[in-house]
Amino acid sequence: RFLSPEFIPPRGRTDPLKYYMERKDMIQRRKVFNIPEFYVGHVLAVTTADPCASDKSKRFVGICIQRGGKGLGATFVLRNVIEEQGVEICYELYSPRIQAIEVLKLEKRLDENLMYLRDALPEYSTFDVNMRPVPRMAHEEIPVNKLQVRMKPKPWSKRWERPKYNIKGIKFELPEHKMKAAQKWSQPWLEFDMLREYDTSKIEEKIRKELSEELEK
Amino acid sequence: QGLLRRSVSHSLLSFGSITGACRAIQKLTRVRVVDNSTLGNTPYHRPPKCIHVYNKTGVGKVGDKILLAIKGEKKKALIVGHKMPGPTMTPRFDSNNVVLIEDNGNPIGTRIKTPIPYTLRRREGEFSKVLAIARNFV
Repeated sequence: RFLSPEFIPPRGRTDPLKYYMERKDMIQRRKVFNIPEFYVGHVLAVTTADPCASDKSKRFVGICIQRGGKGLGATFVLRNVIEEQGVEICYELYSPRIQAIEVLKLEKRLDENLMYLRDALPEYSTFDVNMRPVPRMAHEEIPVNKLQVRMKPKPWSKRWERPKYNIKGIKFELPEHKMKAAQKWSQPWLEFDMLREYDTSKIEEKIRKELSEELEK
Repeated sequence: QGLLRRSVSHSLLSFGSITGACRAIQKLTRVRVVDNSTLGNTPYHRPPKCIHVYNKTGVGKVGDKILLAIKGEKKKALIVGHKMPGPTMTPRFDSNNVVLIEDNGNPIGTRIKTPIPYTLRRREGEFSKVLAIARNFV
């Protein structure tokens, strides 16, 4: 079952009471307002309330490129290209200004961070503002889109070919010697580092139980 | 084509960003003029650059007036979007956008195709004419 990543407390020495109180507030908000299950790579339409907009509300459609933050400050960044101008908006999930979140297209991508779309050709970030929500077929799996994105010529905002970013969704058209030179920065010992291990399975089970109890009330 | 980097300007109407820096607009930043004025759209061998920001700090955000050097002339302009991430819920654009303006606040162009943030609507008094020619809001 799906557990939103902002419920999992970060690794640290803070009192778990703080995270418990935050989770209570998050559950309260979820009871009033439905936050759908979504991953990085989904196309969402968000309606927010705004005093300085006509009709007091505005709607933005975009692909989710990153989900950050834990607890009540959880954010997600939506990106779209409107009139050849790339626009990104960072929304807070639990902000009372958000009036509706609709998932238009359900699609996971190969990476958890699609920041490289800024350096990709704009056709990969354009989504029609009046797109119809694509109906979900089976209620079980979310399809993974194995799209390999083509990039603009270098320089990029970050060196995405380096193994630190571990990106699988780009079609690198760089020469072989450049790809080999990028592997010089690989840190193969990182995955075996025991001090960086953070096993969340037990914490997740506890939180799932808590969530299911609270939401049934 | 605005997508090519490093192809310095000889007949580039709208160029993509050349540096990857993530700052708001200050002196010597290259900006992109988004309205359809002739001064902003005729090609020149040097991109329009900011030479002064009318602000207590030298850093310009959305809604600040700056002085631009275009085609050897000085022109005032209004910032309508920058690459630096601002407060949450505000849009962040992929290029530093600017609208050319006269000293009394009248825009020089007649249409703005690129999206403009809603936060400018708050200052209707000063920017009413610019908002009137804007088409899309974000």
